Amino acid sequence: MGDFLSQFGELFAIYDVPAAFWVNIQLTFWAAIFSLILGTVLALMRISPIASLQWAGAAYVNILRNTPLTVIMTFLFLAVWTQLQITLSDDFAQNFFRFGVIGLTVYHAAFVCEAIRSGVNTVPLGQAEAARAIGLSFLPAARLIILPQAFRGAIAPLGNTLIALLKNSTVAVAVSVSTETSTLMREMIESNANYIYAIFMIFAIGFAVLVIPIGLLTTFLSNRLAVRR
Amino acid sequence: MRTRHAGAAALAALTALTLAACGGSDVGGEGGGDETGGAGGGDTIKIGIKFDQPGLGYQDGSEYTGFDTDVARYVADKLGYSEDQIEWVEAPSANRETMLQTGQVDMIFATYSITDERKEQVAFAGPYFIAGQDLLVAEDNTDITGPETLEGKNLCSVTGSTSAQRIKDEYAEGVQLVERPGYAECVTALTAGQVDAVTTDDIILAGLAAQPANKGKVKVVGAPFSEENYGVGLPQDNDRCEDINAAITEMIDDGSWEEAVTSNTEGTGYTPNADLNPPTPDACA
Amino acid sequence: MSSQQSVLFDAPGPRARRFIVLGNILGALVVLGIAALVVVQLAAKGQFAAALWEPIFTSSAWQNYLIPGLQNTLRAAGFAIVGAVVFGLIFGSGRLARVRAVRWFSGVVVEFFRAVPVLLMMVFFWLLFGFNRISDDPAFLAVVIALILYNGSVIAELVRAGVGNLPKGQSEAGLAVGLTGGQVLRSIQLPQALIAMLPALVSQLVVVLKDTALGQIITYNELLRAAQIFGNGNSNNLQTLTVAALIFIVINWALTAVARWLSRYLSGRTSGVTAAGPGIGNPTAVAGGKTTGPGNAIAATGDPSAT
Repeated sequence: MGDFLSQFGELFAIYDVPAAFWVNIQLTFWAAIFSLILGTVLALMRISPIASLQWAGAAYVNILRNTPLTVIMTFLFLAVWTQLQITLSDDFAQNFFRFGVIGLTVYHAAFVCEAIRSGVNTVPLGQAEAARAIGLSFLPAARLIILPQAFRGAIAPLGNTLIALLKNSTVAVAVSVSTETSTLMREMIESNANYIYAIFMIFAIGFAVLVIPIGLLTTFLSNRLAVRR
Repeated sequence: MRTRHAGAAALAALTALTLAACGGSDVGGEGGGDETGGAGGGDTIKIGIKFDQPGLGYQDGSEYTGFDTDVARYVADKLGYSEDQIEWVEAPSANRETMLQTGQVDMIFATYSITDERKEQVAFAGPYFIAGQDLLVAEDNTDITGPETLEGKNLCSVTGSTSAQRIKDEYAEGVQLVERPGYAECVTALTAGQVDAVTTDDIILAGLAAQPANKGKVKVVGAPFSEENYGVGLPQDNDRCEDINAAITEMIDDGSWEEAVTSNTEGTGYTPNADLNPPTPDACA
Repeated sequence: MSSQQSVLFDAPGPRARRFIVLGNILGALVVLGIAALVVVQLAAKGQFAAALWEPIFTSSAWQNYLIPGLQNTLRAAGFAIVGAVVFGLIFGSGRLARVRAVRWFSGVVVEFFRAVPVLLMMVFFWLLFGFNRISDDPAFLAVVIALILYNGSVIAELVRAGVGNLPKGQSEAGLAVGLTGGQVLRSIQLPQALIAMLPALVSQLVVVLKDTALGQIITYNELLRAAQIFGNGNSNNLQTLTVAALIFIVINWALTAVARWLSRYLSGRTSGVTAAGPGIGNPTAVAGGKTTGPGNAIAATGDPSAT
């Protein structure tokens, strides 16, 4: 154990591990916000009265959910950046970071949408009937009655999506975000092969430290905020 | 207990699915190695090459072509391995040291420059060719004439190569660098105008520029600014270095080397630097 | 729209119907407009040139690249899902065990492997197996082991949730006829929980299949890597990637459909809750507690065409 600790010390002196984690956290932060917004819009589309919106929402979810994230990231590079010439920043690092956020957002929005739909499923029929009975049309009913309850019911799956998002942020390496954790871990192992266990433990524990509180918090919140029926 | 049978049936179905999907497949159809598991035994030799560099190491359907593969075949033959005892393995730039250190390949012929940094991790035989780092730019580009003119430009190279880092360290600090897993992605970005230059060794660039999809759209600047000694990557605890050097010398002496260079650079307009080529292998460490 | 009425909005009247038709047309126009813009832009860049697409539709492309790549993808996914089921059963039962130490140990293992990114595990095992010369094909083994550990942990949670969601009467009846706790778990709870889990398991297979694509980063020659090699050789990365993505989407879509069908088909065959799950490795969607029968599900009636 003491051996491990001295290895940790040595490695931390050479490599800036927290900086790499910070990149993943930033990717996760922005992608979480954007995918929550996009996912909510998609969920609304899927339960809306307009057929084309339902169809578009379903198509989006089915396509994005079934595509490997690596493929989405590579597409962003090859199609969106290279061919469509959409540049998000003149600074390369910034540009690809933003593409990383976009890739994570469009992928996880599909899961956020499904999480919210599963939350909508927990809202009893009577709630919607009551909303209609007092004369609310679709959007007001969704905004005032359905979604607030749906979000509470969706906290657990949303939390899981957030955890998946944090872990998947390592895949941003496929769109040339080269400062994040998986790249650094690989670099470290390649030049310090004898420390392989210590290096893996640094990153595994790092992620566990980030992920486990999210899991505990969402379990706590979903119990606390659950609509008692 | 009906449900129990159904559960068992479900598991059986899953197992069947796995078995159906079983049996390894080598991308490229090279069935040289044995199937899943099973050590290769002493009969085959695993050679790491590039799969995606036309003219050097390239997987063309089920064939492997290019200068690197020709040298590898010659050397393997001298070491006592016939062509069908060779198991070709893809060795991407970023993974070469790891693959040698971990025994996934026995030797590497993959535009592998001999550097002091790499020598700390792996051993080299050769060099068997000397290339120079150069730049690939758009056909109508006139303002990039060498590495000094790259200030403020966008540059693309492959992950794990030393080429791009050299430009940043030694020439232009204000270069923006993007790294991709393969050169073709870089060239696509170049033809689309999203990067200003692609950098790596001249012989690789010449091969890329000569591809049908890129012909007439890009050009090699033609001012090499480094000496890249292509060596044969070996694990540090090897006993083959001397034999490989002898094989390389023999290949140069009997004319096969010259022939391999000519046939693999045909149509690219590339001629190797005659002052440096053919090289003399260094003494083994 | 279907004949089924949604409870979220009124049956549209003539005015609302006109409005919906208008909305449909506008929506379609917007979507088509964006698509057209993308197509025009790509065409302007020459990305639809036959020369870029033709190489993919030759027999050599499929025989030497895409099909072997797909086989490798399926092979890794197949081994991984079977291993993950075994892992999940062991540690899922472990979390339900009577002995506290076993429960605790299983809990730590499951939580740990759920927390570590699959990509990190793959890189680690690849280097570990390689350095220790454990296998001839460390990339394959690393892909499979990493997927087993992660998905096995997810399945362990599915097992736990599946058993937890069974009506209490099931275990009580077992105990009443004199079975021990372990026997109840093995012969009453697990079989039913397994049936209930099946749809979620198939969804998990989608996750496994997608995650094999991470193997390309550690030189495992799966479908995506094969497509990359081919694209690099023919300078048509985008086109080849499109084809590979379509293959992934079609397979996963089919699996998702199977999962949905299974969950409907099996719901009468177990007292547990069958749910397909959203397929992101998300056991709590099943563990959600209260059965949401078709009677009180809004979204289920709200969009019949969904998925």
